[in-house]
Amino acid sequence: MNFAVLQFPASNCDQDAVHALRNVFGHSARLVWHKESSLGNVDAVIIPGGFSYGDYLRTGAIARFSPVMQAVQAFAAQGGLVLGICNGFQILCEAGMLPGALIRNRSLQFRCEHVFIKTATTNSPFTSAIPAGKLLRVPIAHGEGCYYADEATLAKLREDDQILWRYVNAPGEATEHSNPNGSVDNIAGICNEKRNVAGLMPHPERACESILGSDDGRLIFESLFTALNRELSKAA
Amino acid sequence: MKAKIIITPKKAVLDPQGKTVQSALAHMGYTEVGAVHVGKYIEIELTDTDRAKATTQIDEACHKLLSNPVIEDYKLDIE
Repeated sequence: MNFAVLQFPASNCDQDAVHALRNVFGHSARLVWHKESSLGNVDAVIIPGGFSYGDYLRTGAIARFSPVMQAVQAFAAQGGLVLGICNGFQILCEAGMLPGALIRNRSLQFRCEHVFIKTATTNSPFTSAIPAGKLLRVPIAHGEGCYYADEATLAKLREDDQILWRYVNAPGEATEHSNPNGSVDNIAGICNEKRNVAGLMPHPERACESILGSDDGRLIFESLFTALNRELSKAA
Repeated sequence: MKAKIIITPKKAVLDPQGKTVQSALAHMGYTEVGAVHVGKYIEIELTDTDRAKATTQIDEACHKLLSNPVIEDYKLDIE
């Protein structure tokens, strides 16, 4: 499968994503510079973490207007799968491709640690391969990961089953203490209404090999591969 | 001409910075201090002298880029 991994000035998890896709999973991954206006022939897009454009103005605010993001919008409009990780999630929200916004952590501190997340629905191309009840232990590293959406948006997210992951404690409960950034409803990741665009603050690409402390992130990528395989075999 | 833009977090949005500044002020003895909101100030120099046109354009820019309407309000003045 062919993946595009976007690269903005100050992206810093682009190589981690490429490493996971190429070396861990054996797929093809191409870095696409922010000034490119075409993604080429790709099956899915990863928007990686980092501090695109220095996080100036707001996280993701400037990146969303880059030429490559116009190509990503067109790709998603045709049903293409797009996963935004950390800064990628922030960019997708700024671009209006996902509802809500990510604001400063409630603690005002940058949080860099492993957390548990629980999958709220397996009905998405990003979660379908995650066994029911399985908690994922994945790293977070962000200062602005507090997910915010107004009440009406939240109600719609719940109604349409768009909340994909919540921060939980080791027994799997979504408590205030297990919420590392103050996100509403402990939300760690969501998808759009069409379910082909998703974003999450934790880094699954940094948790694909046990030598890195956890390989739970594999399940998110494997969900993506399953969905892509299904589509590719449908097209063939 | 100059565009002066003040951007503030929406009232419903958690503002941990404002809260922290508020409690620091209270600790310093400024007991009359109520809620604090920390925002941003942007000044843009304009070469065009058409005030109405500048207002329309900068207002659009405020909405699209300079502020995020999901979490922020803005106030635009052209001087």
